[in-house]
Amino acid sequence: MDSDDDFNSQVSSEDMDLDLNDADSSVDFGANDSDVDFDDEFQDEGAFDTQDKDMKQQKKAFEVDFKVYSPEDIQAQQDKQVAEVATLLEQPHEQTAILLRFARWNKERLIEQYMDNQEEVLEKAGLGQDIARDPPRIETVDGFVCDICCEDEPGLQSFAMKCGHRFCINCYRQYLGQKIREEGEAARIKCPGDGCNKIVDSKSLDLLVTSDLTDRYHELLMRTYVDDKDNLKWCPAPECVFAVECGVKKRDLSRIVPTVHCDCKHDFCFGCTLADHQPCPCSLVKKWLKKCEDDSETANWISANTKECPKCNSTIEKNGGCNHMTCRKCRNEFCWMCMGVWSEHGTSWYNCNRFEEKSGTDARDAQAKSRQSLERYLHYYNRYANHEQSARLDRDIYFKTEKKMTLLQNQSGLSWIEVQFLENASQALQQCRQTLKWTYAFAYYLARNNQTEIFEDNQKDLEMAVENLSEMFEKPVESLAGLKVEMMDKTSYCNRRRIILLDDTAKNLKDRKSRTESESGDEGMLTMTTENWEFNVELS
Amino acid sequence: MSAPLPKRIIKETERLQSEPVPGISAQPHDDNARYFDVIVEGPGGSCYEGGVFQLELFLPDDYPMCPPRIRFLTRIYHPNIDRLGRICLDVLKNNWSPALQIRTILLSIQALLGAPNPEDPLNEAVAKQWKENQPEAIKTAREWTELYAKKK
Ligand SMILES: [Zn+2]
Ligand SMILES: [Zn+2]
Ligand SMILES: [Zn+2]
Ligand SMILES: [Zn+2]
Ligand SMILES: [Zn+2]
Ligand SMILES: [Zn+2]
Repeated sequence: MDSDDDFNSQVSSEDMDLDLNDADSSVDFGANDSDVDFDDEFQDEGAFDTQDKDMKQQKKAFEVDFKVYSPEDIQAQQDKQVAEVATLLEQPHEQTAILLRFARWNKERLIEQYMDNQEEVLEKAGLGQDIARDPPRIETVDGFVCDICCEDEPGLQSFAMKCGHRFCINCYRQYLGQKIREEGEAARIKCPGDGCNKIVDSKSLDLLVTSDLTDRYHELLMRTYVDDKDNLKWCPAPECVFAVECGVKKRDLSRIVPTVHCDCKHDFCFGCTLADHQPCPCSLVKKWLKKCEDDSETANWISANTKECPKCNSTIEKNGGCNHMTCRKCRNEFCWMCMGVWSEHGTSWYNCNRFEEKSGTDARDAQAKSRQSLERYLHYYNRYANHEQSARLDRDIYFKTEKKMTLLQNQSGLSWIEVQFLENASQALQQCRQTLKWTYAFAYYLARNNQTEIFEDNQKDLEMAVENLSEMFEKPVESLAGLKVEMMDKTSYCNRRRIILLDDTAKNLKDRKSRTESESGDEGMLTMTTENWEFNVELS
Repeated sequence: MSAPLPKRIIKETERLQSEPVPGISAQPHDDNARYFDVIVEGPGGSCYEGGVFQLELFLPDDYPMCPPRIRFLTRIYHPNIDRLGRICLDVLKNNWSPALQIRTILLSIQALLGAPNPEDPLNEAVAKQWKENQPEAIKTAREWTELYAKKK
């Protein structure tokens, strides 16, 4: 096995593609040679572990720097910035906080503007001379009728900002309560007057906001801080209180997919805050989801849980994540995704993942063209949806297995700690299927060139690794103890294939350089010529 | 047992009766003072001229902090009104102010009949027709007015 040496010796990233291809062609997990050979390969590849460590030390092309903050961290950050600016502007802490919120936490711009025209900045932020001389206050005005509640009794307390829209304080408070509690506004609430754009300044808020609202109000002010900062985002997981900092900018999103990992264990994209969608760039994800939504009826039949055996037509139900199916009746082994013979999967000439374009002649008229474009879409959608569904089924079966394992602990001879390998395997499956799912959305928008094949090979390898691991969950629970080592190997192999695919794709995405627009493609899309990937749509 | 009616609603209702707005009427139900039968006449010179449109209007508990809920009961061909009679109007959503009233809202709706805005559509199909073939759209609106909104 000289390919192992190749693999291990490769350090420089430029050689990676070549070496990988070498390694891949010799690591042939066809189902013909099935598990036996497959395992042999693994035993030979013990050296992978050392390589793993080497690889971990340097940052991968698909990884981004990020930091997770707790609400306390965020508060401390704000306090620190306020303190800094307060010293510079020689303003009290409280006033500075108001100024910073007014400037949407753009420190530099605030300082610049303040130095330019102190009076104007203070005035606009609601801290001007006027306010100092004539602070907001609650008044009683003779003959006043509140336009909101229609009350007019003498002595009715009322409030108005400089715009003169006067309402009774009950209505004003109710209005602020509605905005703060129901609509989640804090820093930029408008005057209740019809069509008035005057923002309720913080002094007025302090005067009017009742104590039962102050907590929520301050929480919202903190939210505003994160919302105003481009490099901060709240973790979108429900109930999660953490925020993540990441330096990736909007304009970088065509070249990088910034997945971050929150301390709550949720992986999400910093660019669009959807769940992790590497390797597919945000703009393609958006297009893809829109397309799936628009075409949901056409594609609905795909997510069905039952299909017919391609050989004997008996109905087969899918109840595990694994896509390697065996018909109970005729023992035919086939692939759930393409319905093709399983034994051919993973061989160099069989392509379950690639869509084969039919050659030109028969696709000339519009009907044939639209039919082919539908077939192409269904090919990718089928695989996308299938990995999503399989991930769910994998998880179900893992939970069942784990339960049984715990029950059978004595029998299996494994301690609770030792059962961990099942959880690791399950996690790897989830993560890899998530990646695979998005490789199909990615591939849908990819135009064919030399790079595509490397991508498809990586995709195929990961897919085979995943199915091989997924299959093990369907083995009888009693035998799992004996399969522990094999399962751990397959798990780490899956993880490795995922890293290779992501790293490779991310590098190519990063290096995209020349962008020239050429003639319209089939569906009137712009074709972009790039050095690495070519997409049949514009990346934004 | 429902809560006593806020002064604001009583005043508004009184004023709607004592100083009615031309071409508009709003009559509260005897058994529910927050529920109004509304009639809006199509503005003169518009393709809804001569039409008498029925709407229902409901004042939710948090009115006037929240806008009234209102929809057309009479079928109408209009880019900002959908098949269920729901209306796309900024003052009924983001630009609602508690200082606005039933009367001002109904006037806004009447104005919307006079000036359909296909750029901010609620009914895509109608809006499309409005943009691509306005004479045809106006003709349809007139026919619908004739068909559904004529006093019998
Ligand atoms: Zn009032
Ligand atoms: Zn005002
Ligand atoms: Zn989180
Ligand atoms: Zn994204
Ligand atoms: Zn069969
Ligand atoms: Zn297949």
